Parts: sequence; structure tokens; C-alpha cells
Amino acid sequence: MFRYLVRRILWAMFLFIVITFVTFVIFYIGPNDPARAVCGGEQARRDCLVTATEKLGLDKPMPVQYYRFLKKLVVHQDLGTSFATSQSVNARIKEAAPVTASLVFGGAVLWMIIGLSVGIFSALKPRSLIDRMAMVFVLIGVSAHPVWIGLIFEYVFGVKLGWTPIAGYANFFGAATDTGQPGGPWQWFYHLILPWITFAILFAALYVRMIRANVMETLNEDFVRTARAKGAPERQVLLSHVLRNALLPVVTMLGMDIGIALGGAIFTESVYNLPGLGQTAIIGISNQDLAIVQGVIVFATLAIIVFNLIVDLLYAWIDPRIRLT
Amino acid sequence: MALLEVKDLHTSFRTEDGVVKAVEGVSFTVEKGQTLGIVGESGCGKSVTCLTIMGLNPKRNTVSSGEALWKGRDLLTMKPNELRQIRGGEISMIFQDPMTSLNPVHTIGRQLVEAILLHRDVTKRVARARALELLKAVGIPKAEARVDDYPHQFSGGMRQRVMIAMALINDPDLLIADEPTTALDVTTQAQILSLMKRLQEDFGSAIIMITHDLGVVAEIADDVLVMYAANVVEQAEVHDLFGRPQHPYSWGLMGSLPRLETDVERLTQIPGQPPSLLRPPNGCRFHPRCPYVMEVCKTTAPELAPTQGDPDHLQRCHLDQETKEREAAKLLAVTMAEAG
Repeated sequence: MFRYLVRRILWAMFLFIVITFVTFVIFYIGPNDPARAVCGGEQARRDCLVTATEKLGLDKPMPVQYYRFLKKLVVHQDLGTSFATSQSVNARIKEAAPVTASLVFGGAVLWMIIGLSVGIFSALKPRSLIDRMAMVFVLIGVSAHPVWIGLIFEYVFGVKLGWTPIAGYANFFGAATDTGQPGGPWQWFYHLILPWITFAILFAALYVRMIRANVMETLNEDFVRTARAKGAPERQVLLSHVLRNALLPVVTMLGMDIGIALGGAIFTESVYNLPGLGQTAIIGISNQDLAIVQGVIVFATLAIIVFNLIVDLLYAWIDPRIRLT
Repeated sequence: MALLEVKDLHTSFRTEDGVVKAVEGVSFTVEKGQTLGIVGESGCGKSVTCLTIMGLNPKRNTVSSGEALWKGRDLLTMKPNELRQIRGGEISMIFQDPMTSLNPVHTIGRQLVEAILLHRDVTKRVARARALELLKAVGIPKAEARVDDYPHQFSGGMRQRVMIAMALINDPDLLIADEPTTALDVTTQAQILSLMKRLQEDFGSAIIMITHDLGVVAEIADDVLVMYAANVVEQAEVHDLFGRPQHPYSWGLMGSLPRLETDVERLTQIPGQPPSLLRPPNGCRFHPRCPYVMEVCKTTAPELAPTQGDPDHLQRCHLDQETKEREAAKLLAVTMAEAG
């Protein structure tokens, strides 16, 4: 177990270096000049460019810049400052991460509720009316783009019916901010209803199908027949024997999907103007702001690594056949 | 009253290709403490017969008719709740593949305890003690240490012992064993069989032993049912069946047993394939593979009828009695030559 953890952490470090390095390289291959972005684009003054280049360390060779970035990150846990706004990247990520986390975890709860209930029901009554309706939902969910779904929802529920806000975010903690952003748990919930649904639809569709398939497969297992032969009532067969086995792979999927989504649910955040990591990354890219982009990537990488580790540990705990060595 | 009396049992499955008649007109009785062997090739309906009695066929596409009287009550028309109380309590079942028949995520102990608690109103502690007792009875070494192990920590033979322990844990009156030794290697097979025999003496259960192995039948059964393509083709006491087999299919099965003394290059086999139950052959179902086939066999299906001079020995064949006796005697002579 201990050796397993050490090996996993070493792997994670290696992965981390590769990902950040590749981000650096890609940024340098592209025709970017962050200094120009700092000095106001095409009309930038020459002396401003020189100062900015020096200040940002852009005159140094790329490996040196990468080394500086890594050293700062490892020694001071500092992601640097934004090229465009001089704001601390750490602070920016700290602001954006809770927004994305709210969206992703709330969305995950929603898609699991839908996936489990519809998936299990479909598996128990295949080819029933509900199963067929679920199939239609899955097709729509997989085919429809979140941006399109988001725009439709905004128009129908926000503009036409006026049931929900059209866009924007409210902090869970604290009162309304002076910029006019509302606050508090209720406002937080109220502002996230549409984003949650929009974000969850694709995953709900995939999970309905996956859970349905897993449950149907497990229902045919020999040990389920054994349980029935023992005289177990159907409810006990389903809960204790079928679901426990059918949901093992779902745990893996869920952990990985949450890890990936924490890197930024770009489409949903854009449509609903949520100041999360996805939106932060998009703004960073269009501003040629390497520090911000790198910051989001570091966070996303960590999220994926951590969630994969959690999944593996959890899996070893719920499936006795797996031993971590 | 017989313990279990099955009358004219039919089971068919609706599939995408059509209706598969898996069991047609099977009747038999099992008395207290007796062992019935059901023999036949894969897909002949022997397992389905027992799954139908237990109500374990998929409900969605199965149609059954006939009667299966358990102590006088019909299992086929019983309410699911009542049937569930009999299942695992009075009648229990062991399956073919011990590798997949236990739930991989629960400990052996938990699965045994579950079986007890479903049928008896006892505390968990009592149930656990009973589980341990049974694990010892079926010969699991260090049962105290192993009761909390998971199925994947057991070998195939040990898992089948666990399955037997689980089947016997509520002192059933009838134990249905569906090819319990097929998935095991030969030495383990022998151990499991002698274990079942010993436990039958200790617990007094009746057994229905489903197998394709005539050796197993000779070892353990009192009565035998030979099935071919959803039909019973021969039904007799075990000594009668081996002493004067009446059906060409039974001869084929016995002829294909390996012999120690006779030095043959290849084992004899029954030519051809078992027929599809979707479109079974006309007339006698065995006629395309039968070396004694006559014109009448191709058009008219023989009835399951008593043998001359032995009303308890049933067989389904058009051949005249003289030929049957001659062939049976020939087969017996070969066997006797080896023994003597």
C-alpha cells in the first residue's frame, strides 16, 4: 500500500512536469508576444515592450523560463502573476475554482440521480415505454451541444418564462458584492440551476446507458441466480448482489469524469458567463496570458491526478479482488 | 406421497428466432432420501427442467406448463412469495460453475449467513456459528480463518464445497445439483461426489443430480432419466438402465465411455450433432443419428412406453424387443469382459 502510494506520487510528478512543459512549448511555438498584450496590442510603444519583455523574463531562453516557473511553483507554491492584469494567478485560480467546483459537483449529483434511477429502471424493464423514452433522451443528450442547450434554456426559462437568471454567478458564502453580484446559498443555487442541468445532460445520457448495460449484464451473472436460488427477495437481490457489482465500473468513470471536468467546463461556463476555470482559461488564451493558462492547467492536472488516485483507493476498498501493490 | 412429483412438464422460450421448446413432457418422481440422475448432452433440457421447478427461468420469455407437486403443492402455480420460502429452504440448488456462482464482493461467511437469515429467525451470531459448522462439514480446512475470505481466495473445488455448504445450510429435503463436478478436475470431482454421498447420509436429503457423465450417475443415482432433445428417451432404475439399456441413445452414451482394458485408438462416439430445438427433426428426434434407424422412425415419434416384462423401465423407441435385448446384451458382454 505504502509502496503503491509512493509509486503513484512519483508518476504524478512525472506527469505533471510533462504536461506543464508541453504547455510551455506549445505557447512558444505559436506566434505569441505576451509583452505586446501587456502594452496594449498593435499600438504598443517600443520602450514599454522592452520593459515588459524584461520584466516577464521573456528575453531568457525557453528552458530557463520553464525552470524559473517550476522553481517558483515548487518552492513558493506560486503560479506567478498574470501577464495581462498583473493579478496574482494564485488569487485568480482561488476565485475561479469554487465556481467550477460548484458547477461540476452539483452537476455530478444531478447526472448520478438521473443515471441511476433511469438506468436501473431501464435495465429492469428493457424495451418498456420508459426504456424507449430513456433511449430518446440519451440520443438527444449525446447529440445536442451544451452551448446550444444552454442558449435554448436561457431563452426559454430565463427570458421567456423568467423563472431563472439568464446568466451569472452568486457566491455561496457572503452577501452580495458591490459589483452587483448577489450572494448567499439560495442565490448560488438559483443561479446554478440551468448550468447544472445543461452540464449534466451529456453525462446523464452517457451514464444512463452505461448503468443500464452494467445492470443488465450483472443480472445475468451466475451469482445472481444463486441469490435467487437461496430464496432472496428481488429487492435484496438487486441491492445486495446486482448493484454492488454493477456499479463498480461506474465509480471509476465518475471519479475520472469529475477530475477532467474540474479543469473547466468551458462550454457551460461560457454560455452562462460563470467566472470559473474554463472561462479563465479562454480569457487567458485570447490575451496570450501564459501565466493564467499555465495556472489553470496546473490546477486541472492536479485535480485529475488527485481524483484518479481517489478512484484507485476507493476501488480497492469496494472491490475485494483488487489489491494495490 | 412422493416428495416431488413432476407431471408432463413443458417449458419453452420465446427467442428472436422463434420458440425453443426446451422441455417437452417430462415426468418423474423423487422420493425422500432418494437420488435421481438426469443424463444427457448439453442443451437437451436437463438444466431447464430443474430451473423450471425452482422458478428460476427468466420470466420475460418463458412459458411453462404441467405440474411440479412439492409435498402436494404445485410449485409452478405458487405465488412468488411462497416459492421463495421453499427455494433455498426446503429445496436448494448447486450450480455448474463454482467460479461464477458466488458473489465476488461479499465474504463467504456473509453469503452463508444470508442464506440462513432468509429462512430462519435467528441472530447473526447463531447464523455465523451454523455457517462455520457447515464449512467444517464440507471439509474446508481452517474454516474459522477462511469464513471471512472472499470467493476469489478459494480454489474451484473449495468454492464448490462452499456452494454445497450453502445449499445444505437449511437442511433441505431436496438438493438439486446441476453438473456440480463438470467444472472441476477429476480428483476434485471424486472428492465432491463422495462428499455429497456422505452428506446425503448425514442430512437425509433427496438429490436430483444433473450430469452428462454416466460414471457419476452409476456412482450416486437410484433412478435415472436419460434426456435427448427436450424428451425423456429412457427412464429406469440405475441397475436396470446399466443392466439392460433399451434405447440406442443410451447405448451410444455407454459405448462412448472410455474403457481401461480395451486398447482402442479412439473412443467411439455418437455421430452427428444434437438437433436444434427450434426445428427438431420429424418422427423420432434421435433418428438422424441412430444406427438402427427404420422408415417408421422418420415419420412417427415413438411414445415413452414401458418395456416388456418391466413396467417401471420406460423407453421411447420403435425397435423390436428382440433387437434391443440383443444389443443390450452385447454392450453388457463388453462391460462384463472388462470386469471379469
